[in-house]
Amino acid sequence: MSEWWTYRLSDFLLFAPRTYYRLFELYNADIWPAQIAALALGVAIVVLLYRGGAGASRGIAAILAAGWLWVAWAFHLERYATINWAAVYFAAGFAVQALLLVWTGVLRGGLRFQAPSGIPGRIGLGVFLFALVMQPLIGPLLGRAWTHAELFGLAPDPTAVATLGALLLANRTRWLLLAIPLLWCAISGATLWTMGAPDWFVSPVLAAAPIGVALWKRS
Amino acid sequence: MAEEAQQMPRSSYLPRRVAMRGLAAAGAAAMLRPVGAIARPGTIITRPIPSSGEALPVIGLGTWITFNVGEDPAARDACAEVMRHFFDAGGRAIDSSPMYASSQPVIGHGLRKLGRTKEVFSADKVWIRGGSRGPAQIEQSRQYWGVPRFDLMQVHNLVSWEEHLPALLAMKAAGQLRYVGITTSEGRRHREIEQIMRDHPIDFVQVTYNVLDREVEARILPLAQERGIGVIVNRPFRQGVLIRRIERQRLPDWAAEFEAANWAQFLLKFIVSHPAVTCAIPATSRVEHVRENMGAARGRLPDAAMRRRMVAHVEAL
Ligand SMILES: NC(=O)c1ccc[n+]([C@@H]2O[C@H](COP(=O)([O-])OP(=O)(O)OC[C@H]3O[C@@H](n4cnc5c(N)ncnc54)[C@H](OP(=O)(O)O)[C@@H]3O)[C@@H](O)[C@H]2O)c1
Repeated sequence: MSEWWTYRLSDFLLFAPRTYYRLFELYNADIWPAQIAALALGVAIVVLLYRGGAGASRGIAAILAAGWLWVAWAFHLERYATINWAAVYFAAGFAVQALLLVWTGVLRGGLRFQAPSGIPGRIGLGVFLFALVMQPLIGPLLGRAWTHAELFGLAPDPTAVATLGALLLANRTRWLLLAIPLLWCAISGATLWTMGAPDWFVSPVLAAAPIGVALWKRS
Repeated sequence: MAEEAQQMPRSSYLPRRVAMRGLAAAGAAAMLRPVGAIARPGTIITRPIPSSGEALPVIGLGTWITFNVGEDPAARDACAEVMRHFFDAGGRAIDSSPMYASSQPVIGHGLRKLGRTKEVFSADKVWIRGGSRGPAQIEQSRQYWGVPRFDLMQVHNLVSWEEHLPALLAMKAAGQLRYVGITTSEGRRHREIEQIMRDHPIDFVQVTYNVLDREVEARILPLAQERGIGVIVNRPFRQGVLIRRIERQRLPDWAAEFEAANWAQFLLKFIVSHPAVTCAIPATSRVEHVRENMGAARGRLPDAAMRRRMVAHVEAL
């Protein structure tokens, strides 16, 4: 792009905030009662975490992967792409993340999730639970309708944040698996910031916590 | 109307065109007349497209963001309602681009719903790297709009213009387009724009111009007049930022002298009273706003002295 320095973030925002939130409203209505299933799967992750063992870890990775794949298809490709041509690339990124989770966590069993013992694990569980329970409430608390709520496994932000939290509960840091969720939180934060949404910082800040802990764990 | 005119036998087409020229002349005359000249209620102000003389109403409709509503049925119908008021007020030129995501299909929905496909002056853009991919993109856009062919096809932000421009001129020669143009916004690549205006037989150039962003007054607008190139003005309200800021201020009483009843008309009449400007294309998602905006295509326009006063006033706010 020529003269790229003359562009602002707002030059890349293709839609009005109203259109963006309406997308979630129509999506939620279309997929009901998938929300209940998604919440149940989120709770299942916590149960599996406390059960422990190789099978449980594979189960957690499989649920996370399913969430990424669902969001890639049902949200990015089927909905978001109607108002944002970049969503096709987002869908590809989300599908790649699903494959990485399946490859690393399910097929190779390379992720061992453990109930939190130290501080990193507690932060990870906190971030995961926040994405599962609190993040969907932020919109309604800010005065947006309940019907716009963004849920883990169905909407990109809580899915990315929950995954980052869950990855902190794994026995070792998998940088490759952190990359796409982190990138998404940055993209989403920038989008919401450009839209003037007061909660734009939520996903980036929640993403910063896992990355900080991951770096600290390594040192 | 443009398409209709092309399909009509020449005998019935000519008088209509002459009539349109008459209207255009009336518009130009209103502009040149000093403030206080007689208003012509009921007639929409038009400008002749320099390369053809065809009259175009001075206010068109942009669709960036406002018409990108995806597949939401209620929002699509709301856009069609904006289009209905636009056409009912005498509007014709609608501007879009493949860059604007669902805006093109949403325009198509509105045109079909309102049955205004023949009336619209369809101004779209080619926005893709590489000349070989241009024709397929234009065809896709045409299907979204549901028009037999585009009135105006512009190279969006000069993307691959070296390759697209010859192709568009060839399409025009083959009767597949009526006019060819190039676009930029917010002062980007003006040197190149000027060079293209000098070197290529384009019909339109699209640039940003408003009471605060007047860079084009220095070279591009005079060059357009000299070369007989029509000027479409984008970002008349600085994407809404300007009008939202200025609306908190009181509209000066002297705005009545050029029949601006609100700030939208003040800002738009400033733009379209520049003699080089063919039309401005404010975008809106709201019926009350499109009605305000279309009001700027009626009544008196400010003269040069008044235009200076408008600049001084807004700059001092
Ligand atoms: N490079 C290019 O080719 C290029 C670049 C930029 C723009 N364009 C074209 O030019 C068009 C116009 O530019 P733009 O859309 O960027 O900006 P704009 O027309 O300057 O501003 C649009 C904004 O103004 C608000 N608005 C419109 N009428 C109003 C009124 N009467 N009172 C108060 N607010 C009003 C709209 O909000 P509401 O919806 O609430 O009315 C909208 O947010 C675009 O839509 C696009 O077609 C082309």
